[in-house]
Amino acid sequence: MTANLSRAPGAARVDHLVVAEMVAPGSRVLDVGCGDGELLRLLELRGVDGRGIELSREGVNASVAKGLAVIQGDADTDLADYPNDAFDYVILSQTLQATRKPREVIEHMLRIGRHAVVSFPNFGHWKIRVKLLLEGQMPRTKNLPDTWYDTPNIHFCTIKDFRQTCSLVGAKMEKAVALNAWGQQLRLPAPWWFWNLFGEQAVFLLSRRPSSGSATRI
Amino acid sequence: MAEVRLKPDLRDRLSEAENPHSQIARFGPDQPLKLDAGVELAPFQIAYQTYGTLNSARSNAVLICHALTGDQHAANVHPVTGKPGWWETMVGPGKPIDTDRYFVISPNVVGACMGTTGPASINNRSGRPYGLEFPVVTIRDMVRAQAMLLDHLGIETLFAVAGGSMGAMQVLQWAVTYPERVFAALPIAGATRHSAQNIAFHEVGRQAVMADPEWRGGRYLAEGTNPRRGLAVARMAAHITYLSDAALHRKFGRRFQDRAMPTFSFDADFEVESYLRHQGSSFVERFDANSYLYLTRAMDYFDLAADFDGVLAEAFRGTKTRFCVVSFTSDWLFPTPESRAIVHALNASSARVSFAEIVTDKGHDAFLLDEPELFAIVRGFLGSAGAARGLAG
Repeated sequence: MTANLSRAPGAARVDHLVVAEMVAPGSRVLDVGCGDGELLRLLELRGVDGRGIELSREGVNASVAKGLAVIQGDADTDLADYPNDAFDYVILSQTLQATRKPREVIEHMLRIGRHAVVSFPNFGHWKIRVKLLLEGQMPRTKNLPDTWYDTPNIHFCTIKDFRQTCSLVGAKMEKAVALNAWGQQLRLPAPWWFWNLFGEQAVFLLSRRPSSGSATRI
Repeated sequence: MAEVRLKPDLRDRLSEAENPHSQIARFGPDQPLKLDAGVELAPFQIAYQTYGTLNSARSNAVLICHALTGDQHAANVHPVTGKPGWWETMVGPGKPIDTDRYFVISPNVVGACMGTTGPASINNRSGRPYGLEFPVVTIRDMVRAQAMLLDHLGIETLFAVAGGSMGAMQVLQWAVTYPERVFAALPIAGATRHSAQNIAFHEVGRQAVMADPEWRGGRYLAEGTNPRRGLAVARMAAHITYLSDAALHRKFGRRFQDRAMPTFSFDADFEVESYLRHQGSSFVERFDANSYLYLTRAMDYFDLAADFDGVLAEAFRGTKTRFCVVSFTSDWLFPTPESRAIVHALNASSARVSFAEIVTDKGHDAFLLDEPELFAIVRGFLGSAGAARGLAG
């Protein structure tokens, strides 16, 4: 759902690498909104047994032609058909903000998988705040180039919003990573408000066990 | 088969049924085919074509399952029509089902008329063609017979089973009945059960055949007649269901056939009429009317979930088979929701499944036609399955 995410030429996307780092090798993974299957392929190279769902027909057919186990489907409606505990990890990479019912999607992810990995653009990033504040228009950035009327992204959230939603659905935050505008991890042990201001992307590893504990930031 | 005296014309018509231009696996009275109808078929034979070479590990066999009016001649010139095989776009050297890599087996199904035992075959007990004395067969019977063929060939597991339409039904039945023998399954434009609408269409076709006075209660081969008109009408009606409104309009529109004006008669004024008449008349040259009854019946009876209390996911429980399900946007005979039902059941069983819907206006028959996206998907699916199976690239 976002374009121009940072990468070295010919290399995997940084946010994909961050997601892949959170997934244990040899596990079973469902990638919801898998696009053209790039992340799935990266995971399969690491010995993961991967499946994907993708809304766009082009993405599905490209993925299947790559030999990936991807089906055409909608995160909002089709996750209900999956049995409990079918996967070790359910991944939602750059898709959360395009779902109609993000909270239900997260709940389904934690039902289908023991863990959920969610990556999303942080709408609390300072550049977005500044654009809205100074220009008075819906912010458009390098990674979020769509205009308000043609964007597929209908449910933006900030890192702070996402943390609140996690506690609302009883998800435990196992790990969290924020990436800056250059796709580099924010490695400083900083408070959440700092991440919410300077993280352009966020990747969370969640687990089902209800807990009020705080995430390990890496 | 027993030597019997037949009229020359009949012998001619039976030549492919009895002595096909194919390899034949014969199963004697000691190896009956146990049918769902509760009877045994023996002796019987299976006519089949093969392409490519079986590797030393016997791990690269691909079974091709043909559709209702298809046959074993998937990738060679047809011995009756002289036309290319029905899946030459898909099967061959360097093609998506690559005969340089895979050993492809393409059998004629039980109940058909191109060399595998069916209603046009001679019943050894009577010395006459079976006709309606042939037992009703099911998709599962076809698959059981194919399993016996594999035993005969010494092939324990199939690398893949592939087919469209009725072929997709066989693919799914293979995956359910012999899950341990199928590494990868490729059902294209299929369904897990035949819909009421499709049964209805089949009934129209059967009634057309049976309404032809030359059908003679199914004994036309013995009596030297041929229900051409009935079978042609059945084919014409069915052929419409294989296409789409858009495809018919694109190909024919409302154009007249070799004339500028309507003739104010019931001649084939329109191109589409002429086309359908040709489809009907050429079909009867290569197909047996009773086989048409039996094979449509087999499809009608197909309901994969029926043996599992209607719960389709149970049919696939614990399956290790990899699936690639494909449907076409303009297919209204086996529409996408039918394929999606397969996918949902496979997901519920945590099976490894890919599913792609291909945009085309060519209708159900798209699986037989030049669809580059279909080829890319089949190639990708088999390629990755082959890597997982340890087949050389």
